[in-house]
Amino acid sequence: MNRRRSVRKDTQPRAPRRKPTGSGLRLPGLIKAYFTRHAQNLFSALGRMVRQPVGSLLTVTVIGIALCLPVALHLLVVNGKAITSSWDSAVDLTAYLKTGQSGDAVQKLAAKLRQRSDISNVDVIPADKALEEFRELSGFGEALDALTSNPIPDVLVIRPTEENLSAASVKLLADELAAWKEIDLVQVDTAWVERFHALLNILRRAVTLAAGLLAVGVVVIVGNTIRLDIQNRKNEIEVCKLIGASDAFIRRPFLYSGFWYGLGGAFIALLVVNGTLLLLQKPIRQVAGLYGSNFELMGLDPAFTLLILAGGSGLGWLGSWLAATRHMRLIEPGKDS
Amino acid sequence: MIRFEQVAKRYPGGREALSELSMSMEKGEMAFLTGHSGAGKSTLLKLIALIERPTRGQVIINGQNTNGVSRRKIPAYRRQIGIVFQDHKLLYDRTVMDNVGLPLVVQGIGHREVGRRVRAALDQVGLLGKEKLFPVALSTGEQQRVGIARAVVSKPDLLIADEPTGNLDPDLSLEIMSLFQRFNDVGVTLLIASHDLALVERLGKRRIILESGRLKQGSQPGGFHR
Ligand SMILES: Nc1ncnc2c1ncn2[C@@H]1O[C@H](COP(=O)(O)OP(=O)(O)OP(=O)(O)O)[C@@H](O)[C@H]1O
Ligand SMILES: [Mg+2]
Repeated sequence: MNRRRSVRKDTQPRAPRRKPTGSGLRLPGLIKAYFTRHAQNLFSALGRMVRQPVGSLLTVTVIGIALCLPVALHLLVVNGKAITSSWDSAVDLTAYLKTGQSGDAVQKLAAKLRQRSDISNVDVIPADKALEEFRELSGFGEALDALTSNPIPDVLVIRPTEENLSAASVKLLADELAAWKEIDLVQVDTAWVERFHALLNILRRAVTLAAGLLAVGVVVIVGNTIRLDIQNRKNEIEVCKLIGASDAFIRRPFLYSGFWYGLGGAFIALLVVNGTLLLLQKPIRQVAGLYGSNFELMGLDPAFTLLILAGGSGLGWLGSWLAATRHMRLIEPGKDS
Repeated sequence: MIRFEQVAKRYPGGREALSELSMSMEKGEMAFLTGHSGAGKSTLLKLIALIERPTRGQVIINGQNTNGVSRRKIPAYRRQIGIVFQDHKLLYDRTVMDNVGLPLVVQGIGHREVGRRVRAALDQVGLLGKEKLFPVALSTGEQQRVGIARAVVSKPDLLIADEPTGNLDPDLSLEIMSLFQRFNDVGVTLLIASHDLALVERLGKRRIILESGRLKQGSQPGGFHR
């Protein structure tokens, strides 16, 4: 070989004279190298995914679908709460009076109630009128004629003022009125609202549960993808180990892949949910209009959007960390050669 | 540089590949490891590279007992040794530059410094100007030289090679061996396993001959000075 040059002399003669960089391991250089390396890894991981579009898209889509469910349930709860807050104002109290009171006494009682600061309106349904209505509507006319006295009590329909509509103050008012000697029974029509609230609470708990389960799902999906990825790059990992690569070095590109998978999945979930919202907006406005409500479907707020993006990428990272740490161990040079 | 003390290696479910082997090599020495197929040449080199662990005895490299190197410390340990493989073990989806630079990248050395040192290493093996090519675009001999450049790019004190000329014709083999010779000239310790007795003879270096996992009578066990 006549192209021989002096071995181990590594400054090129034609290279411009530069301050010797030594091993290049001074601190600022190290920090810069550290960030450069991470940035390189970040984008080369993205590059690898783009080069295998079908597999990557499949993984990302599955993660996206998994993330959709908790996001959609969350929206259901948020909107449910918005709906009930508009329904709460429709809460009335119905007071059944003791029988045998004169019409005058009933009117007086109603007037007394109207004076209260916590009551905005009182309607009187006199017993006679109620019986009349019942006779007409029920078709039991003959039977009712046989009665010697009117079994239906006088009824007051009481609407609390705006500020006293909370479940607690309505109940307080109801209890107070029930103790009055003229009043037999007070019925609050909040039972169904309470039931709805209870339902929402169950739903909220379901969201937490679903979110937890699907988070595990995302970790498993990403972990499995990374496991296959590691098996496909077994050779490369083996070579890297042979030339002294640390576990952290080998793991790093997989962590970034996991990060991208998770972020992509979160992105798809947001896309699907926001798209669905957009489609539902108009029909819901129409339905609300029919009921005289100006209810608007609430979308995802920026904070929650950010949470989903961060959560998705974080789960991807975690899944790949677990898979990489576990499966990297199994690849050792010499174990099969 | 290398010292084996009563080393034995038994693979799971096999007989002993190495038995009561003791030998040593000085710093800056160059030696060939020969012996019949199955004699334990690869096994000996694997013990040095910590690809395998000895069943008994001690392997001391550069004053460091390998039995004391934990799993976590293996990467740092391997960085002081250059390894050349018969099948090159190149990464075929990366350029020559990336392949040769890998040991430096692994150590966290900056981009520009890596480029400089890779070109220097490629220059030493006569492949300067091919850094942008992929390994498939190179001949077998060139690929092996890329493997050698990768092994020396981080300037290890010790270079081990398992059948580095196993797939090459005689001319190429001689070329590779003279390349190793030149690394030895600048002080690198070399241990090369080879089948090619004629070639080994021709180079006139020390020979460590294995026979069924033991040192063959007549080969120098160590303390040999050039
Ligand atoms: N991973 C392994 N598991 C079990 N036995 C093994 C393993 N590797 C090698 N051996 C056995 O150990 C003995 C020595 O093998 P080794 O590879 O060191 O021989 P060698 O001298 O390199 O041979 P060759 O010249 O054919 O490469 C052989 O009998 C072989 O069958
Ligand atoms: Mg062998």
